[in-house]
Amino acid sequence: MKKASILMILGSAFILGLFVFPMWNIRLGAPQYPEPLGIDIYINGLQGENEFDIKNIDGLNHYIGMKILPKPDDMWEFSVFPLVISIMAGLGICIGLLGFLDKLSHNWFLFWFILMSVFGVLGIYDFSQWLVEYGTELDPNAIMKLMNPDGTPMKYNPPLFGHKKLLNFDAFSYPRLGGIMLWAGMMITLFAYFVGRKSLKKS
Amino acid sequence: MKIKQIKLYAAIATSFLMVNCGNQGDAGTQKSGGALNSGIAEKVYIAPGERDEQYAFISGGYSGNLLVYGLPSGRLFKEIPVFSQFATSGYGYSEETKPMLNTSFGFVPWDDLHHPDISQTKGELDGRWVFVNGNNTPRIARVSLSTFETEEIIEVPNSAGNHSSSFVTENSEYVIAGTRFSVPVPQRDMPIKEYKSNFKGALTFIEVEPEHGHMDIKFQLIMPGFNYDLSHPGRDKSHGWFFFSTYNTEEASSLLEVNASQNDKDFIAAINWKKIEEYVNNGGGTKMPAKYAHNVYDESTHTGTSTMKDEVLTVNPSDVPGAIFLLPTPKSPHGCDVDPSGQYIIGSGKLSADLTIHSFDKMIAAIDAEKFDGEAYGIPVLKFEEVLAGTVKSGGLGPLHTEFDGKGNAYTTFFISSEVVKWKLGTWEVVDRKPTYYSVGHLMIPGGNSRKPHGKYLVALNKITKDRYLPTGPEMEHSAQIYDISGEKMELLLDFPTHGEPHYAAGCDADLIVNNSKKIYRLDENKHPYAITSPDQAKVVREGNEVHIYMSTIRSHFTPDNIEGIKIGDKVYFHITNHEQDFDVPHGFAMIGAKTSEILVMPGQTKTSLWEPSRVGVWPFYCTDFCSALHQEMQGYIRVSPANSDLELSWSLGED
Repeated sequence: MKKASILMILGSAFILGLFVFPMWNIRLGAPQYPEPLGIDIYINGLQGENEFDIKNIDGLNHYIGMKILPKPDDMWEFSVFPLVISIMAGLGICIGLLGFLDKLSHNWFLFWFILMSVFGVLGIYDFSQWLVEYGTELDPNAIMKLMNPDGTPMKYNPPLFGHKKLLNFDAFSYPRLGGIMLWAGMMITLFAYFVGRKSLKKS
Repeated sequence: MKIKQIKLYAAIATSFLMVNCGNQGDAGTQKSGGALNSGIAEKVYIAPGERDEQYAFISGGYSGNLLVYGLPSGRLFKEIPVFSQFATSGYGYSEETKPMLNTSFGFVPWDDLHHPDISQTKGELDGRWVFVNGNNTPRIARVSLSTFETEEIIEVPNSAGNHSSSFVTENSEYVIAGTRFSVPVPQRDMPIKEYKSNFKGALTFIEVEPEHGHMDIKFQLIMPGFNYDLSHPGRDKSHGWFFFSTYNTEEASSLLEVNASQNDKDFIAAINWKKIEEYVNNGGGTKMPAKYAHNVYDESTHTGTSTMKDEVLTVNPSDVPGAIFLLPTPKSPHGCDVDPSGQYIIGSGKLSADLTIHSFDKMIAAIDAEKFDGEAYGIPVLKFEEVLAGTVKSGGLGPLHTEFDGKGNAYTTFFISSEVVKWKLGTWEVVDRKPTYYSVGHLMIPGGNSRKPHGKYLVALNKITKDRYLPTGPEMEHSAQIYDISGEKMELLLDFPTHGEPHYAAGCDADLIVNNSKKIYRLDENKHPYAITSPDQAKVVREGNEVHIYMSTIRSHFTPDNIEGIKIGDKVYFHITNHEQDFDVPHGFAMIGAKTSEILVMPGQTKTSLWEPSRVGVWPFYCTDFCSALHQEMQGYIRVSPANSDLELSWSLGED
């Protein structure tokens, strides 16, 4: 159980990586952008991969009537997400410590994992909603109003994961180190649960 | 029968002609068997998307510009305006850059740019700046290799025909400007025929401040009235010396082509500048009134400022004994080049067939042993045999200029026999020669005038083009040739045209510069007094009959784009700040009827265009640089009312 508890502490501490590293990245490349434009998504705001990328993406987006990219104050997510992650990390570490002192069973590890997964799924859902909203709620006076072959207005939301062609741009959407640490941390806590269960069976 | 015979003769004659024509056309590649057979094409072919190995900064001569090329492709990347107004960018037309062309004669919109030289540290190119000289109204300019813009121009007083310039010492301590014409110093009203012993040649040592490169005249050496043709710093062992070639030691003032060619030997003047520097630092020299302009461009305000100076420190050679010596050198030497070790000083007597090489060690020994052969105006003349290291019996005619590959070889151009000759330092034997097309002046090996040449290519800079390209009427661009010098024999790779006249060039490996090249100016560092950093600061302000328009640009509109309340008699200043912060997105600005050029405003930059409206009406302006898909929509209107109108100023964007 000691080993499992250490893993639990480690796993939940891992998700704090989100405060240092970007969670996700969206990158836009086009022939005239040999150095692609990129947005690093942190839990507390957006940052350009290069200093002026956000400004330049906004500049391009104004042609198709997209809203400008949100500043930290524009979205509640950027203040709530850090809070959720802090609390969850604190909670996970506490559970781990109590497990270490044999005050809690390994089932709490699974509980934490499930709770974190629920938040994760909600987060991803929220993120995809934002992408859709951002890519479809366009200024009716946009300079370029493009239609799909079927007559519906063209949407510009980047993919949730992977690659998508947006007019002349290739958009790529992939997790970055912060997101990977979140995933890895969660996996470690799940592993901690199994290790805990195994040690219980042994004893 | 007779007719048949004639026809036969005619046919033979025609075929001869055709053979001859064919030979001429192939002149460049014939010996190597054609580009495709020998793989030459591959050596200069830079595939789409690939980049050149080296930069070449080639003098634009009478265009007043400095040209940036790639090697080995010979592609032109940029024309940097230095001494001439340049309508393409608005240099010398915009209010910010007009001061750059100010001189003691007032605004001079043109000059003749000759000899680019890249700054050095410890005798090696450091890729920070290129120094160039204006030949006509003597000036030295410093061009930044991060912005590729002219940052500073200093006028050189007491000089005329600033030709033996603008070469830098090993650590860029000084950039040197020597006069070609000797003139009365100070200038005065006197008979030309009294030239002899009355005219003087000023050699100017301009100190370069190490951090920002700012230039300041440290001292002027007032030499005898010869013509100072070219110069070169000593390096390595001869660091601390400077060498100037001279002609017209006869001191003729008329018909120089004959009268200045009478002496069998002219001189290379060897100047121990460290000794003179010490003399000056200890309070030596005489301050002399002199009027000259010093123009500095500030990157943060995007503005040039011209300051008029009124004094220069002069040094009389006889006041610093042991600092200056004359090395007899046959036949009006042009080039005066120093090999990478600093041991050999190569004099190219342009009216001779041979090269004269002086030895630095022998020169020092001759000075110590006082092996003099008389003196000129108190300056000791060293005995020719005592300083001579050797002679290159070239077999060519009219040697001009020599550079080095760092592997013990020297390469000399021959103007009259139109060729480049490769020879060995020390043995003086000729190892190869290749024709140039035609009448080559200088040549350039990247880094070839430093301690460490980047010697792979050699560029021959020719004076005459004739049949090398498709004809373009009587006036043609000059031609240059690139040779591969990596092997024992030189190989002609490519012909390419250069703009203006390529007097000289400087080159270096691309790595030295690429990563320092600026992509944008930061808007948040823009300190231009009329800059606006956000479009909501846009405004129009009247001060009497001066109207200042604080305008911004971003794809694809001007803010503001409708302005009313301008009157006849107003002086309207458009201060345009480009709010883009993306690489290679300039915006241009042009106003109908403005008696000036367009201005091209780089991202984050502010530039000002002056317009003096002369007619009532509503007049358009627009963006001149195709900036985006909506470039054509990037336009605006100005309403001009009569002088007595009381219409208030108003401005707007997007209000219909």
